[in-house]
Amino acid sequence: MNTIKLTIDNKSVEAAQGTTILDAAASVGINIPTLCHMKLHDMSIENRPGGCRVCVVEVDGRRNLAPACVTEVTEGMNIKTHSIRVINARRTVTELILSDHPFDCLVCAKSGNCELQALAQKLGIREIHYKGEQSHYREDTSPAIIREMDKCILCRRCEMMCNEVQTVGVLSAINRGFITVVSPAFEMNLDHSVCTYCGQCVAVCPTGALTEVDHTGAVIRALSDPNKTVIVQTAPAVRAALGEEFGLEPGSLVTGKMAAALRQLGFDYVFDTDFAADLTIMEEGTELLSRLNKHLQGDKSVKLPILTSCCPAWVKFFEHQFPDLIDIPSTARSPQQMFGAIAKNYFANNIQVDRENLVVVSIMPCLAKKYECARDEFAEKGNPDVDFAITTRELAQLIKLANIDFNALPEEEFDNPLGESTGAGVIFGTTGGVIEAAVRTAYELHTGKPLPKIDFEELRGMEGIRHATIDFNGLDLNIGIAHGLGNARKLLEDIRNGKSDFHAIEIMSCPGGCIGGGGQPYHHGDAEILKKRQEALYREDKSKPIRKSHENPYIKKIYEEFLGHPLSEISHHLLHTEYFDRSKK
Amino acid sequence: MPKIKIAENTVQLIREICTKYGNEEGELINVLHNVQDKLGYLPAEVQEVIARELNIPVARIYGVVTFYSFFSMLPKGEHPISVCMGTACYVRGSEQVLEEFKRQLKIDVGQTTPDGKFSLGSLRCVGACGLAPVVMVGEKVYGRVSPQQVRKILSDYIIGCPHSES
Repeated sequence: MNTIKLTIDNKSVEAAQGTTILDAAASVGINIPTLCHMKLHDMSIENRPGGCRVCVVEVDGRRNLAPACVTEVTEGMNIKTHSIRVINARRTVTELILSDHPFDCLVCAKSGNCELQALAQKLGIREIHYKGEQSHYREDTSPAIIREMDKCILCRRCEMMCNEVQTVGVLSAINRGFITVVSPAFEMNLDHSVCTYCGQCVAVCPTGALTEVDHTGAVIRALSDPNKTVIVQTAPAVRAALGEEFGLEPGSLVTGKMAAALRQLGFDYVFDTDFAADLTIMEEGTELLSRLNKHLQGDKSVKLPILTSCCPAWVKFFEHQFPDLIDIPSTARSPQQMFGAIAKNYFANNIQVDRENLVVVSIMPCLAKKYECARDEFAEKGNPDVDFAITTRELAQLIKLANIDFNALPEEEFDNPLGESTGAGVIFGTTGGVIEAAVRTAYELHTGKPLPKIDFEELRGMEGIRHATIDFNGLDLNIGIAHGLGNARKLLEDIRNGKSDFHAIEIMSCPGGCIGGGGQPYHHGDAEILKKRQEALYREDKSKPIRKSHENPYIKKIYEEFLGHPLSEISHHLLHTEYFDRSKK
Repeated sequence: MPKIKIAENTVQLIREICTKYGNEEGELINVLHNVQDKLGYLPAEVQEVIARELNIPVARIYGVVTFYSFFSMLPKGEHPISVCMGTACYVRGSEQVLEEFKRQLKIDVGQTTPDGKFSLGSLRCVGACGLAPVVMVGEKVYGRVSPQQVRKILSDYIIGCPHSES
């Protein structure tokens, strides 16, 4: 590859052919401001419509300013990134964007995390010189996501995520000129569309145009109701990201502080979704082995591969887009819903509280979990198994609201019995983790021998589609892994076309898995943050005394006392579910 | 928007058009042109059929349909009226002509009269700038139109109207 020599702000720079001015400048520590541009390194996710013009730079010999995010470097280029002409242009475009933006920053859900706000701050904008028409659109509220398009700056990141990365295809720019807006088809509401609520549009939105439905108020009301027993479960990915909201380095594990904070907030029992993840492995792993054994005995009615079913956005995705394959995913409910069912049907009895007076709150890295817990099949007589699902960000908000000095908190443990978990449960939060946890248990149940090694490095990583073959004592088990729904679609199309030779496939909707969920602290396009969260989960797994789900003593106990055995009748009733064809309206 | 049910033979027609273009995503605009040519407009249900045939999200089709002013999601009237808003026509007063059509027909641009007789649209240049301002009704071109002539033009299409010549 040719190396190109150029000068940026009087610094000599060498860059490979095809590099953009933006990347070349970043390589020598010059960070040109951007707004619409976003690049998640190593995941082939990039948005560069070159539309906002905030990244313009002056190139010697070129009449017009050049947008740095889409202009490639050429030999001998001499670039100024902060000449007066550049600064004036940059401020002008930013002021023009602001002139069509509501000024409710003080009360905006995105305040403090808004990239437009940060840009205005960086550019020192103190006055908007332009007064003109402002866009007004109706607000669209769904079970998980709120669209306030008055705040949209048309960066098109959400559209890129929805169409190219997730291939869900709900969002598109419609109309032209000033009235252009990003919207579902026919300006329908999100909840009438094929939206999966994966929340990746929210995760990348630079402003407050796309945000989550806020349930913190409902949680506070439940906590202050003396008649209610309020219990909480925390998803694995939350502990690896919550610290970021309190200034800690990405990848800091705050499991103990999180448990302490939840106790201070007033939750009566602080439990862990990881426990339910172990339960999921018992059910899903047994289902896998049962299907596999039947398949090996030549039963043609058995469907393989088995697909994981922990991710509610993924479930909604195949219900809409692959209704012909709805009998392939595992029938196991997600850990969130298994926890809810156990809490309201087992734990409630243990502590002698009516299910109506037991409030189950879950802390999730996810927006689709809000939708999932509201699905009809996860309620009994109108009372949901999980009452409220709030995001990592909402939990941080609650902690701040309660004047808790998070970083000064002691490390505390989860309560029992639903707080005890294994390393297998912890890694559920990252791509590759669910299937690794399943393999650890399925291997030992299938072969009757202890695993030679617990860590399956071959299942880990950040590549969008991965595969590995695991030796199950002479039987080669082909495992596929996909994260991001676009990657999932490729594997599903192979299955549909009979080209798949996988026995089991793990699918997570969000890039990186739950660590990159739509409810996590904003990564602002920094993929390194996701990697650090992933490393943190593997670190926590390693530090656990028990790392296989079937060895969790409390899991054993709940089967002895209550469930009987995996796939028992009561398991089917409480821990399994069915899927619906949503392709027809 | 009222929901309509499209007939099976209409679905068949749309399928044939899509097949003619190889069900190629890149042929979307040609497909839309063809379908609108046959049906007169592109309602939501039609866009959904095209989406299925070309295997693309319906949101993208809606994006294209709303981007180009040529495409319409409302049925055109029996006599579609287009007022040229190109530069030459505009400076010679086509805006006032358009306003007069709106006033007479009691509809806005992009709408159709309740009796289905007229629909009103604007376009950019028909290549007859010497006749500015220009109005088209169906295929017929009217030149040097003044607001005062609007009633007269409309009467050409209303049988039994006192202004009708023929």
